[in-house]
Amino acid sequence: MSGIDYKAITLDGLWRNNQALVALLGLCPLLAVTNTLINGLGLGIATTLVLLLSNVSVSIIRNWVRTEIRLPVFVLIIASFVTAVELTMNAYFHGLYTVLGIFIPLIVTNCAIIGRAEAFASRNPVMASAVDALAMGIGFTAALVVLGALREFIGQGTLFDGAHLMFGESALNWTMHFGDNHEGILLAILPPGAFLGLGFLIAIKNVIDQRLPKKPAVKVTEAPATES
Amino acid sequence: MPKQMIKNYAPAFISAIILAAFAILGSSLVGFSYESTHEQILQNQRETLRRQINDVFPEAQHDNIVIDDVVSIKDDELGDDEVKVYRATLKQTPTGLIYSPVTADGYSGDILLTIAINENNQVTGVRVLQHKETPGLGDKIETRRSDWIKSFDGTSLTSPRSEKWAVKRDGGDFDQFTGATITPRAVVKAVKNTLQYHQLNKEKLHTMEPDS
Repeated sequence: MSGIDYKAITLDGLWRNNQALVALLGLCPLLAVTNTLINGLGLGIATTLVLLLSNVSVSIIRNWVRTEIRLPVFVLIIASFVTAVELTMNAYFHGLYTVLGIFIPLIVTNCAIIGRAEAFASRNPVMASAVDALAMGIGFTAALVVLGALREFIGQGTLFDGAHLMFGESALNWTMHFGDNHEGILLAILPPGAFLGLGFLIAIKNVIDQRLPKKPAVKVTEAPATES
Repeated sequence: MPKQMIKNYAPAFISAIILAAFAILGSSLVGFSYESTHEQILQNQRETLRRQINDVFPEAQHDNIVIDDVVSIKDDELGDDEVKVYRATLKQTPTGLIYSPVTADGYSGDILLTIAINENNQVTGVRVLQHKETPGLGDKIETRRSDWIKSFDGTSLTSPRSEKWAVKRDGGDFDQFTGATITPRAVVKAVKNTLQYHQLNKEKLHTMEPDS
């Protein structure tokens, strides 16, 4: 396959078609866990991992699975990988698992994952699907991290709170405190704060997009490259 | 005509076989991950429990494996659910009991507690394991938010006196939080109830057959 534009795929995932800020997919975990930066990062990494595994497997089997049963097969693949990731996290990142616990199984219902399987991986070769998964995953993670940092900073006056859950005991002193105001603005931590924060992020992205020099209309890479 | 029938249904059969194959593959993956992480997960849970108990009960006052010496009890005073009680002993002599009651009196949802009481009917420590109280208000019962929960250390039914076992707004000795009275009130009540239960039942609990 020579016609694959990896640069466009990457740019789509990270920015132009960012799953959180443009496609608005996966809002349930996005809004629920982003009360701290580390929580956002943890869920982002887990989601990226599942996305990568599912995109690669879907791409490998894309020519063997009949169209009428492709969705149940995709769901099976995604659910199996999520369970495997959940068990692995419980075993090796137990602290983080106790925080994110109930949101890990919810990755199954993250539309971004089945969305990429259906829209991209089922029509494109393995390498392109892997790149797509990584770009989409990192874009999603970035949105989670920024939103988490924003809410943690405003609501709690800290950053990197709970880093030891992810990076071990040596990270206990990573937490940054800003000012003596430990109370913070409660609204940012509560669910409405998540909606407001996400709204502001989307607005900021749109402003940046408007300021950028207009390029000739970009071709969206989601159009089937190799129809099977 | 059977031949025609086979022809008509063949795609459905193939689909069914493919789907079944993926179901088998998927379950194998899940089964394999379960097998390879099961031991580690159990160990993590034990380690977490051990740390929680060491937090509330001094390590010097027991030499048994507390997390393995557990009895389950059910009593109205301790809430609607079965409560696990871990028994601490030093040289075969009982030194204390660690209760894990659940209170439903909080502002939202259950509050899971660990309450350790020694043989002199004195609280050695209380911790909140899990709760859904409002962040920023009721969550000051967590040690990472404030030291409030440590105000129970060393208390008993005689110190403060029984009628002082309440938050200050209700005329008691325990602080409430700005904007949140229900949460600390629920915790105070749960600790008091557990103390009362402990005073009456500790001998019985120490002689019960342990859960296997």
